[in-house]
Amino acid sequence: MMKVLLSNVVNGCRVGSITEVGRHGNRVLEFPGCLLYTRCGSAPHLTHDVLQKLDTLPVGVQLTLPTLAEQHNVVKDFQHGIGKFTGMEDSFLYCSVQDPAVREATGYNFNKGVSVWGSGGRIKLEVADFMSIQKAFCPDWYQCLCDGDTVSSDTSNKRVRKSVDRTLNFLDKCLEIHQDSQELKASEILGVIEGGDLWEERLRSARETCKRPVAGFVLDGFQSFAMERETRKNLLTAVLEVLPEDKPRIIHAVSRPDEVLEAVECGIDFFDSSFPYQVTERGCALVFPFSKKSDVCEETMIQSSDDASKETTENQPCQGSNEGTQSQKTEFEMDLNNRQKYAQDFRPVLPGCSCYCCQNHSRAYIHHLLQTGELLARVLLMMHNFHHYFGFFTAIRESLHQGTFQELKAIVTQRTK
Amino acid sequence: MSTVSTSKMAVKHALSLTILAECPTTKARVCKLVLPHHTVDTPVFMPVGTQGTLKGMLPAQLEELDCQIILGNTYHLGMRPGPELLDKADGLHNFMNWKRALLTDSGGFQMVSLLKLAEITEEGVKFQSPHDGREMLLTPEHSMAIQNSIGADIMMQLDDVVHSTTKGPRVEEAMYRSIRWLDRCMKAHKRTDCQNLFGIVQGGLDPELRKICVQEMTKRDLPGFAIGGLSGGEEKTHFWRMVHLSTDYLPKNKPRYLMGVGYAVDLVVCSALGCDMYDCVFPTRTARFGSALVPTGQLPLKNKQYARDFRPIDENCRCSTCARYTRAYLHSIATQETVACHLVTVHNIAYQMNLMRCLRQSILEGRFPQFVQEFMDTMYPSKNYPEWVVEALAAVNINLQKSQSHQDTPLENANTCS
Repeated sequence: MMKVLLSNVVNGCRVGSITEVGRHGNRVLEFPGCLLYTRCGSAPHLTHDVLQKLDTLPVGVQLTLPTLAEQHNVVKDFQHGIGKFTGMEDSFLYCSVQDPAVREATGYNFNKGVSVWGSGGRIKLEVADFMSIQKAFCPDWYQCLCDGDTVSSDTSNKRVRKSVDRTLNFLDKCLEIHQDSQELKASEILGVIEGGDLWEERLRSARETCKRPVAGFVLDGFQSFAMERETRKNLLTAVLEVLPEDKPRIIHAVSRPDEVLEAVECGIDFFDSSFPYQVTERGCALVFPFSKKSDVCEETMIQSSDDASKETTENQPCQGSNEGTQSQKTEFEMDLNNRQKYAQDFRPVLPGCSCYCCQNHSRAYIHHLLQTGELLARVLLMMHNFHHYFGFFTAIRESLHQGTFQELKAIVTQRTK
Repeated sequence: MSTVSTSKMAVKHALSLTILAECPTTKARVCKLVLPHHTVDTPVFMPVGTQGTLKGMLPAQLEELDCQIILGNTYHLGMRPGPELLDKADGLHNFMNWKRALLTDSGGFQMVSLLKLAEITEEGVKFQSPHDGREMLLTPEHSMAIQNSIGADIMMQLDDVVHSTTKGPRVEEAMYRSIRWLDRCMKAHKRTDCQNLFGIVQGGLDPELRKICVQEMTKRDLPGFAIGGLSGGEEKTHFWRMVHLSTDYLPKNKPRYLMGVGYAVDLVVCSALGCDMYDCVFPTRTARFGSALVPTGQLPLKNKQYARDFRPIDENCRCSTCARYTRAYLHSIATQETVACHLVTVHNIAYQMNLMRCLRQSILEGRFPQFVQEFMDTMYPSKNYPEWVVEALAAVNINLQKSQSHQDTPLENANTCS
């Protein structure tokens, strides 16, 4: 049975670890932490071997249902679970309902179920289908079927209430099946907090979900573009105060460094790593500082804010294609497509970074790979971006243990002079 | 510093070739080829990393797969990133961080095959840049200059390439011009102390022209020679005869590089015919299309039949892909994720490397003809060997057993070395 060991709570931030968790029985998930983002059960662009060259891999892996649902029957026939099917059987597996890197299309959920978008198009999942998938997959944790279609700006209050009702209904039905299932004996189900941006609905969702025997909570519908920063902060704080301390809290699609820090302050434990993937897809590299040590180059930070476009995440295109990753650049990254700056720059992407990419290759080479459309560009960038992002989470945990979280926040969110 | 003078003077080459074993039956041999950056065991298959990268593979992965030498393309690299940048980077080895051996071709073949309007004159190859439409001219001198900037261990002369199915006086013209261009290349090559220039034997499918070309080119004291102008769609029965003739006349103490060959059957046959080095985009290109190489041929993993095939690509393969992933999983991601390309690429390179390693081992152990028989039987279980394969092997004293045997004892897989 999993144990949540809360080391400390500092100004709302929780730091600790979850032990004895998962099918293997001996994994330890440290929080605040992130989960490895995957598509079709693999880290984007990275084979298992290449992935192992990252020395700070998170213990937890996030499987994204939209990229895997189509394999349901194959995995069922395979009979050894999604972990072994995807070459990830040693990892702690969490299955989410949606893909945090891609914005859900709106208007496709219904009373009896929700839609996810696979490569072949729309897949309608009712409770029975959803649970059948989980029984075939046997992940360690899975997010319960939920209706999170509340993030577009024209969502009505009525629609928000419906999302809470449906999600609770799905939870009850899924729990029934879960508790009766042999296959899911070693798996845990997580309840999902919905409610859009409506205070009462969020609290209702939280209180009701707490009454059910869930292993943890997923905070849904809090994406960057769903609501104002202040609103998110206030709602999260309020909701998380209602949730029990001894159960993990996961949030999706809140993945930018500044958003992560804010959410940590509200009491969130786990994040996804969709942001480094999106940065990779646009040919950029994460270079934001999270330490005062010399391995983070301040000069780079200044340079990178030169190429960052206006800080906005509003224009995230919709589901159905990977265009969702071509959203605007942020001030946390540098754009290696920039010929003027990088075509002849033989320094590593981030001087001092210990990742394979920075230890072995130059900005000029990566620029060349991007220009020529070569696959290796994204292999290297993904390695660096994951490495940097995971290092960021290590820094968060360290800062909470050492009482220097506010300093970390200042370093990460600094603007240039 | 003097450049190459007459062939009578012993010129110091930037490589050395030692023959470790020769097959007493065929013309196959195993050699150690010491190059400036790395030592290579031949016969060797060289994967192609066209634009200074081997399609999604980290240099570390290639080393783990035991690749000792890979190719880069002068045409592509000459465009992007260009010789000036490569000079600044101190050569392609540094630029791509590949510590082992590199070979660059001259750019001639790419131009003729990739460009619609390439016009060949005595001066060089005139063409339109695909990027900005400018008219450009690739001369032997210019090709040498770019290749000097790239800095590969082995560089190829600019040759006048004709399609292998071309007939008529054009073939002869191209052959003689290639010799003249070879001389110009030798004169222009500025780094003989650390880069090896190979001549490329032409002559199409005409034995007389081939013979003349080999005899002329080998008068020049070059570190090595390539057999060019083949593997372009000509009939195999002509192909093998030209290879056989070329290796009969090429000096034994210098490496023989057969350009553009990479199919497993061709590698085995041409090694029997005495070739040492091969390159081909096929294994890596076909990987990206989801096709995996196996001892019996290919598995088109995108095909529906693999959707529930829970075996690895090859049960006897020790590559990292086969250790962890099933055909079914690869099928499921084949058109979705780039990881699919990488996983199959790793396997296909492992397949090629393993094939050549087993081939070399069999020559060292004096059982190359058995290796060939087993290989062919695995590839053609019903013994329907292609005619050209039978002929080619017969020419070097291997007579493939064509008779149908009714109770076959299970043959050892030709892809393991035991």
